[in-house]
Amino acid sequence: MLDSKVPSGPLAEKWSKHKFEMKLVNPANKRKFTIIVVGTGLAGAAAAASLAELGYNVKTFCYQDSPRRAHSIAAQGGINASKNYQNDGDSVFRLFYDTIKGGDYRAREANVYRLAEVSGNIIDQCVAQGVPFAREYGGLLDNRSFGGAQVSRTFYARGQTGQQLLLGAYSALNRQIEKGKVTSYTRHEMLDVVKIDGEAKGIITRDLVTGEIEAHEGHAVLLCTGGYGNVFFLSTNAMGCNVTAAWRAHKRGAYFANPCYTQIHPTCIPVTGDHQSKLTLMSESLRNDGRVWVPKTIELAEKLRKGELKPKDIKEDDRDYFLERKYPSFGNLVPRDVASRNAKEMVDEGRGVGKTGVAVFLDFAEAIQRLGRDVVEAKYGNLFDMYYQITDENPYEQPMRIYPAVHYTMGGVWVDYNLMTTVPGLYCLGEANFSDHGANRLGASALMQGLSDGYFVIPYTVGDYLAKIGNFKPVDKNNPAFEQTRKEVEERINKLLSLNGSKTVDDIHKKLGHIMWEYCGMARTAEGLQKAKGLIQDLRKEFWTDARVLGANEELNMSLEKAGRVADFLELGELMVDDALNRNESCGGHFRLESQTEEGEAKRNDEEYAYVAAWQYNGDNQPEILHKEPLIFENVKLTQRSYK
Amino acid sequence: MSAHMNLTLKVWRQKNSNDKGQFVTIQAKDIADDMSFLEMLDVVNEDLTRKGEDPIYFDHDCREGICGMCSLVINGRPHGPKYGITTCQLHMRSFHDGQTIVIEPWRASAFPVLKDLAVDRTSFDRIQQAGGYVNINTGGPQDANNILIPKRVADEAFESATCIGCGACVAACKNASAMLFVSAKISQFALLPQGQTERYERAQAMVDQMDAEGFGNCTNTGACEAECPKGIKLTNIARMNREYFTAKFFRQEDVHQH
Amino acid sequence: MSKSKPVLTSSLGRKLIMSLTGLFLCTFLIVHLIGNLQLFKDDAGYAFNNYAYFMTHFTPIKVVSYLLYLSIIIHAVYALILTTKNKAARPIGYDQYDGKANSAWNSRNMGILGTVLLIFIVTHMQNFWYQYKFGTTPYVEYRTEVSTGNQEVLKLDDVPSDYNGYVIYPEPGGIEVVKSKDLYRQVEETFKNPLLVGLYVLGMAALSFHLIHGFQSAFQTIGFNHRRYNGIIRTIGVWVFGIIIPILFASMPLYFYFIK
Repeated sequence: MLDSKVPSGPLAEKWSKHKFEMKLVNPANKRKFTIIVVGTGLAGAAAAASLAELGYNVKTFCYQDSPRRAHSIAAQGGINASKNYQNDGDSVFRLFYDTIKGGDYRAREANVYRLAEVSGNIIDQCVAQGVPFAREYGGLLDNRSFGGAQVSRTFYARGQTGQQLLLGAYSALNRQIEKGKVTSYTRHEMLDVVKIDGEAKGIITRDLVTGEIEAHEGHAVLLCTGGYGNVFFLSTNAMGCNVTAAWRAHKRGAYFANPCYTQIHPTCIPVTGDHQSKLTLMSESLRNDGRVWVPKTIELAEKLRKGELKPKDIKEDDRDYFLERKYPSFGNLVPRDVASRNAKEMVDEGRGVGKTGVAVFLDFAEAIQRLGRDVVEAKYGNLFDMYYQITDENPYEQPMRIYPAVHYTMGGVWVDYNLMTTVPGLYCLGEANFSDHGANRLGASALMQGLSDGYFVIPYTVGDYLAKIGNFKPVDKNNPAFEQTRKEVEERINKLLSLNGSKTVDDIHKKLGHIMWEYCGMARTAEGLQKAKGLIQDLRKEFWTDARVLGANEELNMSLEKAGRVADFLELGELMVDDALNRNESCGGHFRLESQTEEGEAKRNDEEYAYVAAWQYNGDNQPEILHKEPLIFENVKLTQRSYK
Repeated sequence: MSAHMNLTLKVWRQKNSNDKGQFVTIQAKDIADDMSFLEMLDVVNEDLTRKGEDPIYFDHDCREGICGMCSLVINGRPHGPKYGITTCQLHMRSFHDGQTIVIEPWRASAFPVLKDLAVDRTSFDRIQQAGGYVNINTGGPQDANNILIPKRVADEAFESATCIGCGACVAACKNASAMLFVSAKISQFALLPQGQTERYERAQAMVDQMDAEGFGNCTNTGACEAECPKGIKLTNIARMNREYFTAKFFRQEDVHQH
Repeated sequence: MSKSKPVLTSSLGRKLIMSLTGLFLCTFLIVHLIGNLQLFKDDAGYAFNNYAYFMTHFTPIKVVSYLLYLSIIIHAVYALILTTKNKAARPIGYDQYDGKANSAWNSRNMGILGTVLLIFIVTHMQNFWYQYKFGTTPYVEYRTEVSTGNQEVLKLDDVPSDYNGYVIYPEPGGIEVVKSKDLYRQVEETFKNPLLVGLYVLGMAALSFHLIHGFQSAFQTIGFNHRRYNGIIRTIGVWVFGIIIPILFASMPLYFYFIK
């Protein structure tokens, strides 16, 4: 039975009570502990800096050439906090409620409440670090509204909020590196967790430049390694984003929770061809002023696709502003899963636009008329430029074409209230864990979670664990577990390097992406998922027999880097399909065609599926074992989500 | 449908930092004009891999112009022939069929080549570590709205803070100077009230580290500003100079001891 | 990390020296030009020679002129140091470098322009300063009738017997006699040489390009960059130092070669 370790007592007091009950490490003893932090995005950098400030020795690892390049940097829209600066009725409870509801009642109440509770501190912290948030003329912080909420609680720095927050965390990290409390390892990829007596006591990494396989010891290991959206090949993730660290931890005993919960973001630039390497997100904030539409008839859509008509030739009466029509109260600001599904529905009906017909319009003509071009440019200028660079179309003059794309993964490594995985001493933070967003994440909440975990949760909870192990001695690096694990990693690398078939790693990865998108994307069926399972198994065989990996270990070797990551995606993909098959209900980003309301909305089955599906690895090519953590809602009433 | 083209690439190949390196000519066939420049290189690399040849190593990650990992001097221009974008945002419609494209790594002694087109930019990190932060711990700060910051100041600080640390300024500068990069961070904190307490230590510490890394000097040619994908302004360098000279001539502060 | 590095060995400090010496040299140009404009006076060099004597014998001016020579040397030496450092910062250059896409030619070639200027300055000093002080500059005697202003000019090739630097005394009949070195004639003679005229014009062209960039660059280096004043600085840099001053200077050899 999974123990979520949620403290008892009223919801609003749980975290305070827990903070008091947790054991503390004496300041003089903190320097006797070493903590390993893998990944230097918002969660990792924030955690590493905060822990080093407390006095722990920290080692950070990232595969990029600098901690500053972690993909948190690409988050555009903003970060939520229940400051209620706008006097529009926000509160901790409302943020909590919106997040639980937005997640379609598949998140743990206590975690989400804590997230809402510390959200305000995050803003204070970031402002103190010198993060230049947008301000009003009076000098106060500005807010904007975001999908899934009816209050303005999103703090932002133009369209580069993630960048500014990450650079803030990176600066805090740099300060500790300068002080000698953090040792930063860049261009290092974590390839395994080392366990001693069942507890995480180190990691194995590969120096991507020299190829050296290194063992690093620590009293606790924090995985802050982001999401696994790249299992779809095409996503808004960075090219290097991968599941390897999380997946290796999974194979060492960390349960993997709700892998099928993936967020398909509604406003991305559509795919143009097979050569495409990634998809670019257009911030959700665009939906504040942009109106989503397609032509009312298939005939008009066809003419648009052929270029016989221009968007502006379509008369107002012939346009279907389908989100405004179907969801009058939230309109274009419905949550992401709803917006995405509706776009897909329009395309499936044959009313899609653009050359490929796989897109809908996001139109700013009305906003430009209402606010003036200057105001629109000030708000969204950089996004419009980005769109223009990629598509060669000017969004000031014609509507943007958008289509959903894989953006975020709500699923991830299972953690308890303390963010500890099922392996003692192994923690998981940020997008890499499963904890706070249920089946769908609201916009501007990812940054909030990453920083909450890193700045305000882990510094307390990791201390509790270290105080309890009470052993101030350094981890014994001569323990055979290190050598054993290193050997296993080396064997795996040699096996990859021996692959000399006819397919490139990207060929296989693209195939996997197609399978996942087709059968485990925006709409899923039992039949499709069964088929996908077989296809993935075949593809995995193909990889291990017919892939080609060039070069040697002792060099910068991108074939090898990719191969290791894709090999793990091939295993994860199957688990995602299993999880999606198991969850015979629709909720949030997981939409089973078998389970929908008459109006075509996601229909949950709370009697049978109000649980977290946590999967336990059970050996190669063995079905994983499902553990259920029941979700108990004491403070909100489960209702059919409605944004009408 | 999109137009297709054939290109001749003259690419810098170098096995590792000890290798001398040389230009190698590679044909890129059937390139669609709506590909990004890096997707074009992906296609070339897939071809090379199928032929059993080592693919061209280049740094890249987010591919949406924000992580700062991609680099490349393309036909003599950092991030290619267009202004205000990174290499990953450059599309092949900026080139024409039959064109020869010369692709080189950033060139600076402070950016040693690691392999092919990838360089080591950890010198940038060390400059930031020398003082690119506000000395506060997690957990203490007052309410975010307690300090008012005029919108104009916040906006200007933001403009400086948008630097992505790609190094195009160094690559573009005839002297391989990093002053635009360094001054952007110094400016951000010199402008904001939160940065005031260590304003003068910071300027000195970061300039010292910049010099120690072996970057060149500023001739105010403005090449850095012109090639910066984020439009970081030369005014930042003037402000850095001001901060530094003020610190040196009119203030007591020296760099931190710890 | 302990103490910060001394300012004058830092990159910014070195640039500051370039900036301050450069601006000082700019102010000198104005003074030098105003004096030299007297070459255009049709007084057989009377005013110009007076001016030349004043400039070489008034103590405060002498001090400033030594500062000036020092500035030229420091400016050149630091340029050399900076260039060496800059070369070391990029030991391997680009196969292709499209500088014109991002910067002005003169801003990238301040060193070459500066070298031309240095050659010009050395030649110029040899032509006039050295000749005036140690060389073969001829002499002149001006006899002015005070009541009418009528002037008689006697060109002397040998040093006058009562000459001790600069001689001025009244003679009976209301005549003022002035005897001095005739730098004016030196100028006339020098600018009969077309090669030197060419070099002087080239030197002024280099000065123009050097200062169009250098003047405003110096302000940028000392940290003076303000949108309210940048326009003025740029205007002064381009029009005063980049165009008017070099043209007026260049017109002197041309005037003597073609018109005089």
